[in-house]
Amino acid sequence: MAYSEVTEFSGQVGDFKVKVHRKARYVDDTRCTACGACAEKCPTRVPNEFNFGLDDRKAIYKDYAQGIPSVYTIDPKACKVLQGGKCGVCAKVCQAKAIDYEQKDTDVELTVAAVIVATGYEMFDATQIPEYGYGRLPNVISSLEMERLLSAGGPTKGHLSRPSVVRGEIRLKDLAKQIKKAEKAEDAEALAKLKAEEEWLEDHVKKYHTAKKLGFIQCVGSRDFRFHKYCSSYCCMHSIKEAIIAREHEPETESSIFYMDLRTVGKGFEEYKVRGAQVSGLKYIRGRVAEVTQDEDLNPVVHYEDTEQRRVMSMTLDMVILANACSPARGVVGLSKLLGIELEENNFVKTHPNRPLDTSVPGIFTCGCAQGPLDIPESVAQASSAAARAAEVVMTGGRALAV
Amino acid sequence: MKELVEYAKTLPNVAFVQENLYTCSEGGINEIKSAIPKHDLNRVVVASCTPRTHEPLFMGACEEAGLNPYLFEMANIRDQCSWVHMRDKEGGTERAKGQIAMAVAKAARLRSLSRIQLGLTHRALVIGGGVAGMSAAMALGNMGYEVDLVEKQDRLGGLLNSVNLVLPTHEPAAKLVDDLAGRVNENPKVTVHLRSCVTKVEGYVGNYVVSVAEDGKDISIKTGVIVVAVGARVLKPEQGFFGYDGEKVVTHYDLESMMREGLSSPENVAIIQCVGSRCQERTYCSRICCMTAVKNAILLKEANPATKITIFYRDMQMYGVENEDMFRRSKELGVRYVTYDPERPPQVGNGAVKAYHVRMGRDIEIPADLVVLSTPLVAQEEAGDISTMLKVPINENGFFLEGHVKLKPLDFATDGVYLCGSARFPSTIREAVAQGLGAASRAAGVLSKEALFTSGIVADINPETCCGCLGCVAVCPYGAINFFADRGVCQVNKVLCKGCGGCAATCPSGSARLDGFSNDQLFAQIEQALTG
Repeated sequence: MAYSEVTEFSGQVGDFKVKVHRKARYVDDTRCTACGACAEKCPTRVPNEFNFGLDDRKAIYKDYAQGIPSVYTIDPKACKVLQGGKCGVCAKVCQAKAIDYEQKDTDVELTVAAVIVATGYEMFDATQIPEYGYGRLPNVISSLEMERLLSAGGPTKGHLSRPSVVRGEIRLKDLAKQIKKAEKAEDAEALAKLKAEEEWLEDHVKKYHTAKKLGFIQCVGSRDFRFHKYCSSYCCMHSIKEAIIAREHEPETESSIFYMDLRTVGKGFEEYKVRGAQVSGLKYIRGRVAEVTQDEDLNPVVHYEDTEQRRVMSMTLDMVILANACSPARGVVGLSKLLGIELEENNFVKTHPNRPLDTSVPGIFTCGCAQGPLDIPESVAQASSAAARAAEVVMTGGRALAV
Repeated sequence: MKELVEYAKTLPNVAFVQENLYTCSEGGINEIKSAIPKHDLNRVVVASCTPRTHEPLFMGACEEAGLNPYLFEMANIRDQCSWVHMRDKEGGTERAKGQIAMAVAKAARLRSLSRIQLGLTHRALVIGGGVAGMSAAMALGNMGYEVDLVEKQDRLGGLLNSVNLVLPTHEPAAKLVDDLAGRVNENPKVTVHLRSCVTKVEGYVGNYVVSVAEDGKDISIKTGVIVVAVGARVLKPEQGFFGYDGEKVVTHYDLESMMREGLSSPENVAIIQCVGSRCQERTYCSRICCMTAVKNAILLKEANPATKITIFYRDMQMYGVENEDMFRRSKELGVRYVTYDPERPPQVGNGAVKAYHVRMGRDIEIPADLVVLSTPLVAQEEAGDISTMLKVPINENGFFLEGHVKLKPLDFATDGVYLCGSARFPSTIREAVAQGLGAASRAAGVLSKEALFTSGIVADINPETCCGCLGCVAVCPYGAINFFADRGVCQVNKVLCKGCGGCAATCPSGSARLDGFSNDQLFAQIEQALTG
């Protein structure tokens, strides 16, 4: 049941009553074959939040090709028909007759013996750290934006274009239209301003197209008393991974990783880190970054203390990638109240010290980043264990609750 | 589409062609089912999307209509054609024709294959009675399966038996062990075999026969699945390595028992991280030594705040919420941290530790009446034997190698054998519990079935032509091929075979054949592709 939320909850282990609110997709998921004809013809474009606005999507959409379930969804805020206007193109082109503008939200009531809370995490909002310039400096991006830029299915098809260039190209198209308008209106002052911007942008797009000098800033929001005092566990490895992949895409790429401790505790992780330096030329610089500024060509400049050289230094880069912390999902506070489970001080789901999957309520288990930052293999392993705990409850009617 | 239909009609051996909008829909499936008897079809080809998701559906339709499901072939003209040649309609159509012709050429040579039904012993065997193994045994027992738990020591608990207190609860590790072992012993479904080790494993998923030497007696246990939870051991350095003497220079393993027996507070303690790990000999980070060092530093400080403690480290691996909390607490208590450069490691001797202080850029010397070396967890000595007996791999460090490092952390590539705890990689108590339960869950996936079936697509070796070169044995990732020295031939165990075809591609005498992908079938496809 994707696109759904738990809205009511009662009962006890072995006999929980759950009400699930299923949001209308305006697409019949039993008919949709995900052929994509609807999205191809849909005339309405909106910024694609899955790609952090680095490209557009249509009003009928699917986040990415491998999404499960493989079904399209109409964004009711963007769709002309659902906004009371005229269109209906998707219904016309859909051969499976899956479009249903009249579809309503529904509620499903379930009786279950056990519950697993696997609500995951949210990426830390780095605008809270103004000195790093995220949201203000165009070429300072989050780790997930970097993932999208590196993805063959992403907005740049895996080419590491600088966001100032990606957005600049969008702006150039817009500028061309505005210039035409200004020419018609014979507004010389506006025209000069627009032309100047166009000239600068054209030059910028040409000169700085591919990001080749990268800086990764670790512990953005983690191990930081102002935000999260805990370590987010997985960011050291994903920064190393992103730097290695960037080098695979573009052999001239040079990456520096600014860190406090490089935490490579997983199987094969330390070896991967060492290989990153030896094979991909990654530079690991021990030092907390104080500030990121930018020069007139929108190149970010990182100011940091290199503790091994015992000096305060600056480095000009093409792009800065932040290792955003693993923040607890905002919705988990409401969910915990609904389920009656306790959260720990950081708002992760509280677990029993010796029974890592057990929440404070018998029969409700948790796994993955809902209970604290975890990497993929540990999350997968925990998911299997939560399933085992739930199976024990289901098979014994709730008697076997201790490990 | 019309063009493809017309083209398909012209192909040899094609008796009937039908165009569907959605062959995978109920209507499409029904069309297949009715066309088979109506047109007396003996092979079916579907040209559509991916076999990964839809092949079983179409094979099922054939079976329901009375046709052997292996007489079905699929041409993936979506992923491999229309998606790739989205902007070239004409070229794409030609390409689709080629794919259909190839599928038809192969289909004409398909043979009926059968799946073998196997017995399934609804029991589990867990090797290793540490935290992970006990958790796995408990979970399987609670799910209602009979479990045999094999432990080499004379008591349950494994490495945890040598631990003093655990943080953040300050609970004695012994209490944890007693609690868990008590419940394992009370569980009517779990049989504990102490002073026991596995000596021989025969059989395959669902049907293992395991020989166990229990207290000197040999017993034989039938089981459906096996969970590997043999744990790891603490590396004991050689005398003199970083000054190791077992008295004034000790490991955390030594320190834990010293503290349990009541260590009189030392005045100055130095703890050195990464002793014997993250080095050329042992490239890995052992995951748990930093937190062990910090825990012991906190406990020493709590016992006597006047004790001066310095931890020499490279990176403090205090990942997650609890570890970072502990790290901070240790600093609040006054534990000092000094980074060292692995090129210039600390020198231990004469009641002091000398080191190059990276942050200050000069040498320092710190008095130490006790030096604790953080040595890594290393693989058990018996890991190699167990790996050979179970035909599952270990990595270069002797840790068992999971089926997929990200997505199958508790499985092996071989069905029926599962993995948890420090046998996989050094794990904390909580991680070992979680992985033990997780391995139980994976194992229950097999045990919860009524019976097992093999796939029809398996390899076979012709004993008449096999020269016994063992090439196939070397490439088989599933340990599915046995060599019979008496007859000088290799034979495929069709139960273990996953149909990867490695043996068929390797065999120099052409004796190994993969059913469903035989040479004549593949050559017919290639010939069709080349001649058009």
